[in-house]
Amino acid sequence: MRAAFALREHGYVGEVTLIGAEVALPYERPPLSKTGEIAAIRTAEAYSDKRIALRPGAFVTNIDLGTRLVSLKGGEAMAYDNLLLATGARARLFPGMEGCLTLRTNLDAQVILSRLTPGAKIGIIGGGFIGLELAARARQAGAEVTVVEAGPRLLGRAVPPQIAKILHERHALEGVSLKLETGVVSASSDRIDLVDGSSMKFDTVIAGVGAVPETGLAEAGGLVVQNGIVVDGDFRTSAPDVFAAGDCCNFDWRGQRVRLESWKAAQDQGEHVALAILGKSVPYNKVPWFWSDQYDLSLQVAGIFDLGAPIHSRSTGDDTTVVFQCDATQNLVAAAGIGPGNATSKDIRIFEKLIERRTIVDAGRLADPSQNLKRLLAAT
Amino acid sequence: MAWIDACSTDDIDAEDVIRFDHGGRTFAIFRNHEDGYFCTDGLCTHEDIHLADGLVMENTIECPKHSSIFDFTTGEVETPPACNNLHCYKTKVEGGRVLVDI
Repeated sequence: MRAAFALREHGYVGEVTLIGAEVALPYERPPLSKTGEIAAIRTAEAYSDKRIALRPGAFVTNIDLGTRLVSLKGGEAMAYDNLLLATGARARLFPGMEGCLTLRTNLDAQVILSRLTPGAKIGIIGGGFIGLELAARARQAGAEVTVVEAGPRLLGRAVPPQIAKILHERHALEGVSLKLETGVVSASSDRIDLVDGSSMKFDTVIAGVGAVPETGLAEAGGLVVQNGIVVDGDFRTSAPDVFAAGDCCNFDWRGQRVRLESWKAAQDQGEHVALAILGKSVPYNKVPWFWSDQYDLSLQVAGIFDLGAPIHSRSTGDDTTVVFQCDATQNLVAAAGIGPGNATSKDIRIFEKLIERRTIVDAGRLADPSQNLKRLLAAT
Repeated sequence: MAWIDACSTDDIDAEDVIRFDHGGRTFAIFRNHEDGYFCTDGLCTHEDIHLADGLVMENTIECPKHSSIFDFTTGEVETPPACNNLHCYKTKVEGGRVLVDI
């Protein structure tokens, strides 16, 4: 969707068609696990104004790289000059968990929200973002919430422990029962069976245990796939006129292959592909960035943390926490902040720009809150 | 429309923004890198987020939530997701006070 509009913004006059299996107009996914609000990104008129043809509810069965044809369920075939695969990811479910609810689409959100009622017993598998945002939402709706996490702490994959600790304490304070280092053997719509042999009963069980990139079409078409559709610096796949962007693609971020499941990456990469299609490609230098809202707390992370390496704290105040990380050459590589509302947003935005500019910093000085971040940015 | 005394010129750091509430409405008052003062509606046009928590760079404000960027001297969107421009209000500086025409 972002690529389609970006093509027009950058002067493309040919045909643009958005094909999607979902029936709704493209909508924002981040609110689904937060407020539950379902909002179309653009109105139908905005698409027709920009001559972007919409094919909602159209299920692609095959892509043929040789003849450059996309086949739809029902037998229709559409020709392309350039193809963008923005197929996203689907909620992961481990074997034995098939009866659990998962959250990916607006329809999933409607079902889940209808279950978050006062007194309802909600079991959530997974202490990641989806699980914790839903836990907050469920508590705010008055439900009794238990979160079961296999790892030793919450948000163990992408978030520094200093930040995860604040969220842990807050969820505990709000009355969420947090069960860490608790393995799940199987789960259904109303019970979770644990590794220790015990079982827990719930009214509803939701699994938030990660996402799997939607690479089926790419693989069947013969594209290179390895934890996502492999793309180069232009987000071009192993076929020269086929691109991939967003959750489904695997790209190089400063020497490491990554696949990002974030709203910002989808925006940035969609726009990047539009430029590449138009022959105006620029080096991809967008810093990974995501946010999460839980209760009145907002968390933002810029860059990618190496959770095995030292992380520095910047003492910002009583109710906010900002941490950052440098690599062996003192290059700033990642930063994260948490606080009420948008209290740390400005700092994280400056950190994001410092990371983008590959700024070399003195970690000790940067930890000192009297060191003005904006002045540091101006000096780069 | 009337000229309202909003703040002192010193209440806003260079290249920064403050929130200003008046008459049940919320505004953002900006000071750019050249000590120019500007005023727009206080909430991002994408979702109702206070722009005063965002980052000012020269003549632009970046929404603290989803990074929409606006030119606050004209109100124009420079970077989505926002697609509607911000409404701007006239400002003037008199005797060290910033007045806004709202």
